[in-house]
This record gives sequence, structure tokens and C-alpha cells, in this order.
Amino acid sequence: MTGSSNLLELRALRTWFPIRTGVFQRTTGHVKAVDGVELTVHRGETLALVGESGCGKTTVGRTILRLVDSSGGSIWFDGVNLSALPVAAFHPYRRRMQIVMQDPGSALDPRATVRDSIAEGMEAFAIGAGHDERTARVAELMRKVSLDPDTMWRYPHEFSGGQRQRICIARALAVEPALLICDEATSALDVSIQAQILNLLADLQAERNLTYLFITHDLGVVRYFATRVAVMYLGRIVELGPTERIFTAPRHPYTKALLASVPSLDPARPALKPSALGDVPSPANPPPGCHYHPRCAVRLADCSRQDPPVVKFADGMCRCVLASGEVGARV
Amino acid sequence: MSAPLLVVDQLAISFPAEAGRVRVVDRVGLSIAPGETLALVGESGCGKSITALAIMRLVPRPGRIETPSRISFDGRDLLSLPVTEMRSLRGGKIGMIFQEPMTSLNPVTTVGSQVLEAIVLHTKVSAGEARRRVIELFEMVGIPDPAMRVGAYPHQLSGGLKQRVMIAMAMAMRPRLLICDEPTTALDATIRAQILELIRNLAATTGTAVLIITHDFGVVNAVADRVAVMYAGQIVEEGTREELLGRPRHPYTQGLLRSIPRPEARGRRLEEIKGAVPRPGQWPAGCRFHTRCPVAFTGCYTEEPVCTRVSPTQAAWCHLVAEEARP
Repeated sequence: MTGSSNLLELRALRTWFPIRTGVFQRTTGHVKAVDGVELTVHRGETLALVGESGCGKTTVGRTILRLVDSSGGSIWFDGVNLSALPVAAFHPYRRRMQIVMQDPGSALDPRATVRDSIAEGMEAFAIGAGHDERTARVAELMRKVSLDPDTMWRYPHEFSGGQRQRICIARALAVEPALLICDEATSALDVSIQAQILNLLADLQAERNLTYLFITHDLGVVRYFATRVAVMYLGRIVELGPTERIFTAPRHPYTKALLASVPSLDPARPALKPSALGDVPSPANPPPGCHYHPRCAVRLADCSRQDPPVVKFADGMCRCVLASGEVGARV
Repeated sequence: MSAPLLVVDQLAISFPAEAGRVRVVDRVGLSIAPGETLALVGESGCGKSITALAIMRLVPRPGRIETPSRISFDGRDLLSLPVTEMRSLRGGKIGMIFQEPMTSLNPVTTVGSQVLEAIVLHTKVSAGEARRRVIELFEMVGIPDPAMRVGAYPHQLSGGLKQRVMIAMAMAMRPRLLICDEPTTALDATIRAQILELIRNLAATTGTAVLIITHDFGVVNAVADRVAVMYAGQIVEEGTREELLGRPRHPYTQGLLRSIPRPEARGRRLEEIKGAVPRPGQWPAGCRFHTRCPVAFTGCYTEEPVCTRVSPTQAAWCHLVAEEARP
């Protein structure tokens, strides 16, 4: 264990999925779901990873947990290069990283009681001595997430969507993780229930110094909840910075387009300003040069030919040739 | 204001349950004028989608529309209309769009021929004329390369383009009413903005009335003229967009708006609505919201609230609002 403030570091991380065609299933190309992602997550912060469907944000989370294999680059957790570890040596680290997914209905085994679902991780990592002690811990965890411990012998279908998401959170907490990956954890919930879950996540973070990697497409939630924001587009991070700066002074044209598409709740300002042109291209066949150039309203002639530079700033980075004109050194 | 195009009055829809039939929708009333966009808002299970299905007389069995429900469209009583006439209204004078464009399109036919089918089914036109009309429609809904895209299969189009095809199909017969059930929920943010702008523009240019079903107040603010909020099978508040978003009166509407994460709330706890939406059949007596209401008082537990007008266009079904409105 190191005292560094960085809990998680992704270095040039790549996750490519082969495209196989023909009778011999030859690999004819790759879907570059994650293509050279550099990201540092600080201890105790909430880093939001935002982007539209197909941008690779979910694959980043899954690659960190080894639910899919990376194709290159490295993942450093608490100062240890996880990518270099064999499966057996990786196992103890898996305890310290947990995930809460979007659909609590399909994330829980319908034939397992809530007690068994929450205790499953404890059994896998030999936490707690025996059945009774684990049951006592399950009761404690259920109280923590505002569920009635008397309901632990019931099955998931007897709970509402919000309650099921509380079960999933209790299950993740059962193994005392340092990092919680929330993959669209509140997206399937009604707004009144979403508020309850966000408050619960905030309380847990304050109490246990948890670190969140918050994967979402909902920018309203991000602005309310995140410490920093990383914006992803077609496998690459295009902008990174502190939440308020991203929302008030975005640098990348894609970030600007995303923000313009957030519907306002102010009745005096109803109009939306759709500013990204057309659709997100397929990650199997991303456009050359800057991946965003076909949709960009301010593109230059070179954007379709040259990879955009990674411009570093004191508070983050931006992958756009226009940002290099601002203060900041070209890398 | 012109005479309403659609009037829904005292709508009640029931489904069988263990202990007799349960009303999932009760005493719902709505009206939409030509060219107007009404948003029906509420959380999952509140009955907003089944209300839309009832207007098209598509409530699935064993669901039933109960008496004395009344639905009139363009002066005609929809609930007593013969099945054949109702069928020609659907997809004709009443167009519909659903949440999942992928499951609404036939995967083994081209999108062009699916829109063509809708036109041929409702009018007597030559094949060539119908084809020209499809290309026109694709152009109207902003599909690039319309002449080429008519030959595309659904899987070859993105989610945004598929939803545009659905809108083209719904608009094919120049409907007077367009019913959209969560039309942008499955779409990405940048695409959602494009589709909402398209719906708004179509309503403005063609004079089509729109009923949009959504759970998202951002969508409401982007397209609606008027809003009705549903909770537990009933309408609890209605008013103009400005009224409901700016001066909501019902504690449920207020709670919903406060629980949306906003930039001003950063660093503070979000206001929650405690508990969860009760299930149909387990609705509490009196005001159905009283179990979750922060300001409920004795009358709320036993008596159903009645409609209280707070402005010519805004009304709330709430005992507290009624108290305050009393002279």
C-alpha cells in the first residue's frame, strides 16, 4: 500500500475487440472500444466518465475489473501494475474494486435471497467467520443502505427498482472496496429515487473515503455529483478537468456540443441548441484524424488528416488542435 | 383558444387482480387544442403510457376501459367507434411514436417500404406517387440522402435515424394528433436534442397537436406548451409549461422538481421524496400521495382531493392548495 494520492492510473489503455468475418473467422479489423486512454483517479474523489453510447466508457470500467481483457497499456491500482499480474495474484485486488451496474433487476440472481446475494462476495473472499457472522454483517449493511434487515430472506422480485439498487450497493460494500465503479447506476431509476441513491452514495463516500468512477451519460447528475469529469468520444478521452470548469468553460468542441444538448429546466429558457451535426460514427470504423471532425462545427482543414494534439493544462487536458492556441504546452 | 381536438374525460382503466379489478388509471381528464403540445409527466407505473394506449384504443387484454370514460377526437366519440373506423384513424389522423425505434421497425424489410406501406394502406395513390411521398417525408424529418436511405434496412441505421424514420411514418398521413411515448429516452444527448427540435418544428409548421409522454422535465421544457403531472393513476396537477416549471403548487410536482440534481445544489443533499411509488392496487386511501407527502395533514388520509383552480390554466388536486385558495 502506498501513500500516493492516486488510487487508479490507466496508462495508454487499449481494449480492442476483433471483427471476424468469413468461413474461417479471420480477423479483418478491430472495434477500438478503448484506444489509448490515460486517466488518473485520485483517492476519495468522484471522477465522472461521460460520453454517448458506443464511446467506450463502459468498456473502460469492465477492463479495469478484468471482465474483459485489455489489448495494451497498463492499469495501476494503489501503485501496483495489475496488468502484469496473473489471475491468481489479481484476485485479492478484485476485492478492492467493485461495480454497481445500471439495471439492478438483472444484476441480482432471481433465485438467491437478498442475504445470499449480499453475502456472496464475503464468501468468495473469506470475510467473516461462518454463516451467522456473515448474516449479522448483511443485516448491518442493509441498515446502512436504509433497507429493513427483516427482509433479507426475500427474493429480488419482491423489491422495487430503487430498493434493488440499494441491495446491489450493499453487496458491493460487503467486501470493503476502495474503488466503486458506478456504471449508469442511477440511470434506470425514477428521479425521486435517483435523488435517494445519490444521497446514499454521497454519505457512503464521506464515511468510508470511497473513490467513485462514475460512468454516466447524464450530465445533470455529473455536474451535481462529480469532482472531475473526463469526456470520452470514440475510444479516446477528449477532455478532462474539474467539474465546474468543464461546465462553465469547456475547451473541446464535443464537450461544448454535449453541454448544449442538456435540456434546461428554466421555463424562461426552453430552447435547445443542437450543435453536434449528424450521428456518432461506428467505433469499428472511426473517421481519420480527429475522430470528431465530421460532426465538428469549428473544424480546420487539417483535422481530417492529423491526429489532434494532447494539450495539457494545469487542471486537465484537451485533445484538440484549437486548444493548443491557448495557454498550455503542446505535447 | 380554439375548440379542443382531443378531450379525455373521467378515463378509468382496470386490470384484473387477485381481489377483483384494480383501476390503474382513474378519473383522468385531458384536452389538447390543434397545434398544441401537451406533456404527460410522471414516474414509472403512474399510468401515463396506458393512458396514451387508451386514446388509441390499444389497451391490451385483460385491461378494460371502464364507464363512464369518454374520449372524443375531432368531435367523434372514440370509445363507440366501429373497429374498422378506429383502425383507419390509427396511423391516419392519429400518428404514434414509441420509445424503442428498433423494436417498432420490421428488421427484414427496408425502411422505405415500411413507410410506403403506411401510405398505401391509408390512401389510393400510385406506387410512383407513394415513393415520391416517402422521399419527401424522409427529407422533412432530416434524413440525409433520403433517396438512398429508403433502400436501407433498420440495422443499417443509427438509433437517431431510426427514430426519424418512425416520425416520418407517423407523419405520413398528415395526422392531426401525434402521440409520442418517451420518444427520446433511448437516444443519446446530442441526438435527443435533434429529435426534440424536429418534433417542435413539425408541430409548428404542420399544426399537428402533440401528446408527449415523458418522465424527463428537461424534455417537457424543450417541447411542451402545457403539462399534466400524473401520480398513482391520477392527474395531480396541470398547467402551462411556465406555471408547472416555475410555480408548481402540488407537493408531488414540487418534490419531483427539487429532486432533480441541479448545479445550484452542488455540495448539498438532494431533496428526496421519501419512500417509493405504491403499486397499483395498493394505493392509499384519501390522497394517494399522502404516504410520501411532506405536508400531509389529517384530511389527506381519508378524503380524496378535488380539483382546485389556481389560475385560468393551472389546477392542482391537493387539500393544502384548496385550503390556501379558500377566501
